Amino acid sequence: MARITVTVNGADHTDEVEPRLLLAHYLRDKLRLTGTHIGCDTTNCGACTVLCDGLPVKSCTMFAVQADGREIITVEGLATGGQLQPIQQGFKEEHGLQCGFCTPGMMVAATALLERNPDPSEEEIRWALSGNVCRCTGYVNIVKAVRWAAQAMQEQAAPEEPATRQPATEQAATR
Amino acid sequence: MFPAAFDYRSPAALEDVLDSLAAYGDEAKVLAGGMSLIPMMKLRFASPEVLVDLGRVPGLDAVQETPDGLRIGALVRHAELEASELLRQRYPVMAAAAPLIADPLVRNRGTLVGSLAHADPAGDWGSVMLALNAEVVARSTAGQRVIPVREFFTGPFSTVLQPTEVAVEVRVPRPSSRSGGTYLKLERKVGDFATVGVAAHLELDNERIGRAGLALTAVGGHNVVAAEAEEVLAGAEPGPEVFAEAAEAAARAADPPSDVRGSADYKRQVVRTYVRRGLARSLELAQAA
Repeated sequence: MARITVTVNGADHTDEVEPRLLLAHYLRDKLRLTGTHIGCDTTNCGACTVLCDGLPVKSCTMFAVQADGREIITVEGLATGGQLQPIQQGFKEEHGLQCGFCTPGMMVAATALLERNPDPSEEEIRWALSGNVCRCTGYVNIVKAVRWAAQAMQEQAAPEEPATRQPATEQAATR
Repeated sequence: MFPAAFDYRSPAALEDVLDSLAAYGDEAKVLAGGMSLIPMMKLRFASPEVLVDLGRVPGLDAVQETPDGLRIGALVRHAELEASELLRQRYPVMAAAAPLIADPLVRNRGTLVGSLAHADPAGDWGSVMLALNAEVVARSTAGQRVIPVREFFTGPFSTVLQPTEVAVEVRVPRPSSRSGGTYLKLERKVGDFATVGVAAHLELDNERIGRAGLALTAVGGHNVVAAEAEEVLAGAEPGPEVFAEAAEAAARAADPPSDVRGSADYKRQVVRTYVRRGLARSLELAQAA
């Protein structure tokens, strides 16, 4: 057994874990954070995406011991004070999901994208989400949801000049 | 899926990594990004008794440029190379390959050096490093070896690395100022392994080709140098004729398996086409340099 201390969604957790315990199972089974889904379990689908020190990674392909001393954000860490974060809101507004299984991974990966690139084009969104597989939507509404969030976050950041911006859907269509 | 149980070591000094490898030999595996090793452990294709994690070893996460070229540490992730302005300016073969490795999430964890040590015949970095004549620096308690990549791969998932050695760095010679290169990869979808990949590098010497580097992905037991094609190119006047001749020679160096990604004949044809395109693009870049 190994002793690890991991910061998950802002809270420190110290646990004794078997080295072979995967981060996805640590989050789901030990911390009961079941928003992180396990899809393919073979490093393909991205349903298990979490942020590790700010970077989106596949938590089914990382041991919990490798997260020792690191900061992990799961889908449960996106909303603050019961308030949906803009990406979550965007998935709701633009109907960016059907069955919802891939959605936590999509939203976490999109969070990292907007952190790095607050105004991504459709192509940049598709590129950034290319490690996340959705078997329902055809991705169109997922891309719209991320554009919606980018727009909303920019308006939040600069509320004095909203009149100069196009609505999210029009802007996405012109790219 | 759970891997078989193992002992986990996460030393904070390279010396302790080397001691562990000396003590456990082939019972131990080295973990860097884990993007190939962990899936293999989950599928129980690999069941090491001891996993030695490089994650906490200082000094392995840097890309350094020296007058001789690049030094890339064992913990440098694909994503870092993808974002590198230096690579775009001076190492175009690497800059072209980095965004084509696996998918963005895997690129945040996986490493170039780990990819070489893993030696998957469908790995992309192997061909890039062969085309660029890179070297692998291996350490063990016995000291240090610098191994030309052209002598590194011995077969599928096999290299000359000893069980007591760890690859700590890759050294990429600095290309001449009038050089260019690219990496072309045919993949069925993002994240798939290459159906075929071609790494091309050309150096110009008074409007003739100086050194040419050409290597192929997923067409044999390991990444292969198209040596005959390189000889055809060296000293020749660059242009479509010699590129076509090199493409034929490269296709002869390819011995691809027929599988779900295509027949052997189809893949050899892709080699021809990609060699011609890759060399044409390399020439464009070299002439613009």
